[in-house]
Amino acid sequence: MLDAGRTDETLLEVNNIEVIYNHVILVLKGVSLSVPKGGITALLGGNGAGKTTTLKAISNLLRSERGEVTKGSIRYRGDRVQDLVPSDLVKRGVIQVMEGRHCFEHLTVEENLLTGAYTRRASRGDIDADLNMVYDYFPRLKERRRSQAGYTSGGEQQMVAIGRALMSRPETILLDEPSMGLAPQLVEQIFNIVKSLNEKEGYTFLLAEQNTNVALRFAHYGYILESGRVVMDGPADALRENPDVKEFYLGMSDEGRKSFRDVRSYRRRKRWLS
Amino acid sequence: MPEQLIWGTEVVLNGLMAGVLYALVALGFVLIYKASGIFNYAQGVMALFAALTLVGIMEGQVPFSHLINAVFGTEVHHFGWHVPALLAILLTMVVMVVLAWAVNTLIFRHLVNQEPIILFMATIGLAYFLEGFGDIMWGSDIKKMDVGLPQGINLAIDDFTFNIFDYGFFIDNLDLVATAIAAALVFSLIVFAQYTKQGRAMRAVADDHQAALSVGISLNFIWVMVWSLAGFVALVAGIMWGTKSGVQFSLSLIALKALPVLMLGGFTSIPGAIVGGLLIGVGEKLFEFAIGSMIGGATENWFAYVLALLFLVFRPQGLFGEKIIERV
Repeated sequence: MLDAGRTDETLLEVNNIEVIYNHVILVLKGVSLSVPKGGITALLGGNGAGKTTTLKAISNLLRSERGEVTKGSIRYRGDRVQDLVPSDLVKRGVIQVMEGRHCFEHLTVEENLLTGAYTRRASRGDIDADLNMVYDYFPRLKERRRSQAGYTSGGEQQMVAIGRALMSRPETILLDEPSMGLAPQLVEQIFNIVKSLNEKEGYTFLLAEQNTNVALRFAHYGYILESGRVVMDGPADALRENPDVKEFYLGMSDEGRKSFRDVRSYRRRKRWLS
Repeated sequence: MPEQLIWGTEVVLNGLMAGVLYALVALGFVLIYKASGIFNYAQGVMALFAALTLVGIMEGQVPFSHLINAVFGTEVHHFGWHVPALLAILLTMVVMVVLAWAVNTLIFRHLVNQEPIILFMATIGLAYFLEGFGDIMWGSDIKKMDVGLPQGINLAIDDFTFNIFDYGFFIDNLDLVATAIAAALVFSLIVFAQYTKQGRAMRAVADDHQAALSVGISLNFIWVMVWSLAGFVALVAGIMWGTKSGVQFSLSLIALKALPVLMLGGFTSIPGAIVGGLLIGVGEKLFEFAIGSMIGGATENWFAYVLALLFLVFRPQGLFGEKIIERV
């Protein structure tokens, strides 16, 4: 399963970026990563590690939250994209599905999906075809197409958020914490859909996830972030077998469960790709 | 039919007509509030500014003439031409779009993600600026507006009711026209919001700025669009009020009457603004007619606010306000 659909072509290249909020709070201290075309790349780490900030730096939603990239570069297909506004990025094929779903709650499910096609100049027929494609992947949404999104369940809202992103006909989807607040069964379902979107439709995913276990099962490659730095990266299989990852992120260890008193603090190292 | 009832009916009808004008101002508030969460205190002044600009253009007045004359010692006041009403309305609309763009670019773009109270203060500032700007640009004298709307008693209704009740209702033609125009305006706004791509984007922005950004909707574009729409509504309201009672600076005070209208109708509902406006219009006229004389009259000044207060206590989201969706 490793490397399924992955190519050597790098779509997105983040090079040693530093992000500062409100001119004072340093959140990312040199993050570098690359996302290959057709792969599922996972960004892992705990609360406040900088996963969401990294995604927002790429999609440039950062600026509306008073954050800015002060060092380093972000390139998409070789072009510098960090000064673009989010709508330009959507037009280039990079769209973010935000953490916590963020549906338009007073719009119906179908209207939510249609807003995803906002930047496209497509005919009604093309858009209807894409709607049907989304409904094929998420049959549940078809049943609820006329309901106000605010009244749908958490799992359905996550589907709306992903479906809405698909409607922009993206190339790369930045998926932020899809498992948040969902039952394990639903998490599994959502990840299976992500996997088949990746394999059948060829979408590239960059996925931020706290649920390391699930993410490493579905991703091809993983980066582990801690306090705004990448501390480890590697193919998903290798990461899953890594004793440190097992101990710190998967809650397993060779000696069985450990007391919190014996937990070592993790060795942090700064790294640059350039 | 007893006389009291007949008079009451006439009062209700006149109240409905007055309510239409309140509703028009309230509509401008709702549009901006929905799309940007900004409570635009300047909406009433925008109506005044639009009316001033319209009259100024129609009369061929030289803008800033007092300023120009004071600085250069010249004596220019008029270009000496008259612009037909329809063309003048179009030109005024262009001015209102430029105003919308300027307001967004110079003020609100820099206040994204600020507290609502800060945005509100900014609109108060905008209101006073615009009032002064209108004064400098077009002068502060009371102007007569005539864009060709019919005015005076509607004789058909007068005759008709006289034949039935032996008492002719006094309904102003202008009020009838205002009602028809307001109805058309509301209908087209609802169609726009519900069934067009930009309308859908506008509602999306109203729900969640961040998510709207993430799907590639440009907030600046939507905000300029919404302020332009509000400018258009202000222009319509300005024309109605201006024709009725002359273009004067007290026009900006009608904005205050729109407040209780909004509390009744809900800040986020277009139909709510209309129904709220009508209810306030009818309510205050009827109250004055039925009870006003017993308690010394002049109840129209405060009736709307007391009604709004009651609503705030018992139904804070108004009659049609969007229910706050909260999932537990």
